[in-house]
Amino acid sequence: MANDDHKILSRNWGRPDSHKLETYLQSGGYEAAKKALTMEPQAVAQTVLDAGLRGRGGAGFPTGRKWLFMPKDERPRYLCVNADEGEPGTFKDRDIMRYDPHMLIEGIIIACWAMQAHTAYIYIRGEFTEPQRKVEAAIKEAYAKGFLGKRALGTDFSLDVHVHSGAGAYVCGEETALINSIEGKKGQPRIRPPFPPQRGVFDMPTTVNNVESIASTPYIIANGPEAYRKFGTEKSPGTKLFCVSGHVNHPRVIELPLGVPLMELIDKRCGGMLNNMKLKAVIPGGSSTPILTAAECQGVTLDYEALAAAGSMLGSGGVIVMAEGTCLVTTLHVLTHFYAHESCGQCTPCREGTGWMAQITGRIVKGEGKIEDLDLLVSLANGMFGRTICPLADAAVGPVTSFIGKFRQEFEDYIRTQKGPKEAPFPVKWMS
Amino acid sequence: MGIEFSATAKQELDGIFGRYKTKQAALLPALYLAQREFGYVSVEAMEYVAEIVGVSPARVYEVATFYTMYNKQPVGKYFIQVCTNISCALRGGMDLFAYLSKKLGIAEGQTTQDGRFTLVKVECLGACGNAPMMQVNDDYYEDLTPAKVEEILKSMT
Repeated sequence: MANDDHKILSRNWGRPDSHKLETYLQSGGYEAAKKALTMEPQAVAQTVLDAGLRGRGGAGFPTGRKWLFMPKDERPRYLCVNADEGEPGTFKDRDIMRYDPHMLIEGIIIACWAMQAHTAYIYIRGEFTEPQRKVEAAIKEAYAKGFLGKRALGTDFSLDVHVHSGAGAYVCGEETALINSIEGKKGQPRIRPPFPPQRGVFDMPTTVNNVESIASTPYIIANGPEAYRKFGTEKSPGTKLFCVSGHVNHPRVIELPLGVPLMELIDKRCGGMLNNMKLKAVIPGGSSTPILTAAECQGVTLDYEALAAAGSMLGSGGVIVMAEGTCLVTTLHVLTHFYAHESCGQCTPCREGTGWMAQITGRIVKGEGKIEDLDLLVSLANGMFGRTICPLADAAVGPVTSFIGKFRQEFEDYIRTQKGPKEAPFPVKWMS
Repeated sequence: MGIEFSATAKQELDGIFGRYKTKQAALLPALYLAQREFGYVSVEAMEYVAEIVGVSPARVYEVATFYTMYNKQPVGKYFIQVCTNISCALRGGMDLFAYLSKKLGIAEGQTTQDGRFTLVKVECLGACGNAPMMQVNDDYYEDLTPAKVEEILKSMT
């Protein structure tokens, strides 16, 4: 795949002023939304379902199915677009919003028509001020052009799109926490049922979709499900934005068909390993997905099924590459500290469990750990998994059990030999 | 004499109310306005926001303290947040933090004597492809090298 024919989401990114309406219109922008508005709403959702588009935020639930779940009663319905991008190692929605916000807005029109929702909120994490400015400017352009508002695209369909800024809370990426946050509350997840399609934002039927999922829909409506299915695998159709960070020569966001081999991504698409270092391990789908050893990386492809078979997950597509010389004990502590910091405190197993995970890994890093701590960590993890309202606890468990399970020797060696924190836990020294 | 939003902020707030079905939903944006207007979100500011959004001060306090981006204490003119989460750590984020800490002569969470800089570590800011990186006030600074950091600090007077 030497050319860019597969590029759907990122096809406009290199163009000058790619974020402006004029540029988007030049490449056929908003034609898909116009087409959708001539179709039966149900048929629009069915087309997205037929294309096999799966939620790109991490869970991989079929997007069209979510839309079809929405009740058909008289209550007002809402779309919430999840742009809270906070999973460490994930940085793709930021680029969609910075470089092609109109593709997102066009997708919102399509989704809202399919669900007959007249209001959409784009929930953007508070730190993303540049993407937020770009999205707000694009919304303004779309209103001025009559694409949004009382008579969207010259039809009888009315649609308002608002930006809601988050304020620094990873847990708000969980859909019911996001809904609470829009309502002006603490971003603590809700017990389900009721699910958002039954009672979501302002107690009304709501669907929450990731930015990348929504931005994928204009292509599907314009070209049909078969065109989309030309890319990817049978069960994981389409393209995906992969976010590659860590020890590669060219960390970047890159769009590729699902099913691309992980080693091709690293070696051919990202310039190979930094400074010719040797690969040690990869976290393939954002910080919560189980780590893969270098041996496990060989031959694995990046799609929902292959990564599940390899004992990990595609997640959000955040591929974190680690070279030999990376101290996985220190790295695990970075992650456990993160989850302890971000636990909303609502469920005891998560609030206490993440806190203890951070403390225990912390004392190991300081050279004060005991061999028994490793089993203690795994036992803590087992006590947390599946026992909380939202998946944040499960997310914290992923790295703990996989790091210790696959690199136990390294942890034991560290505990036996380190008398204090490692002086250089990472093989890259920050220099000019 | 209590605190009060400027006329501009009051006007903005009216627009914000129009976006939501309930008045309470304007709480997060209202707290941002308070931070912009008063420099940080003091207890007095929270009480004012409670009044204009129509919720109890306790509700405002619980929300303001839940989210990290509302500063409950004054911060320096330049609020430096260094990402030390995994992708940045792999590319030297910890070294970057240590460098800034030494350079500015302050530890995490502290502000320089002249009130210019406050330095903190933060969790992932979603710019992992351009690690190491930091946020200063509203802006991201990415692919940082010591030379770049020097230049950035020099421009912040």
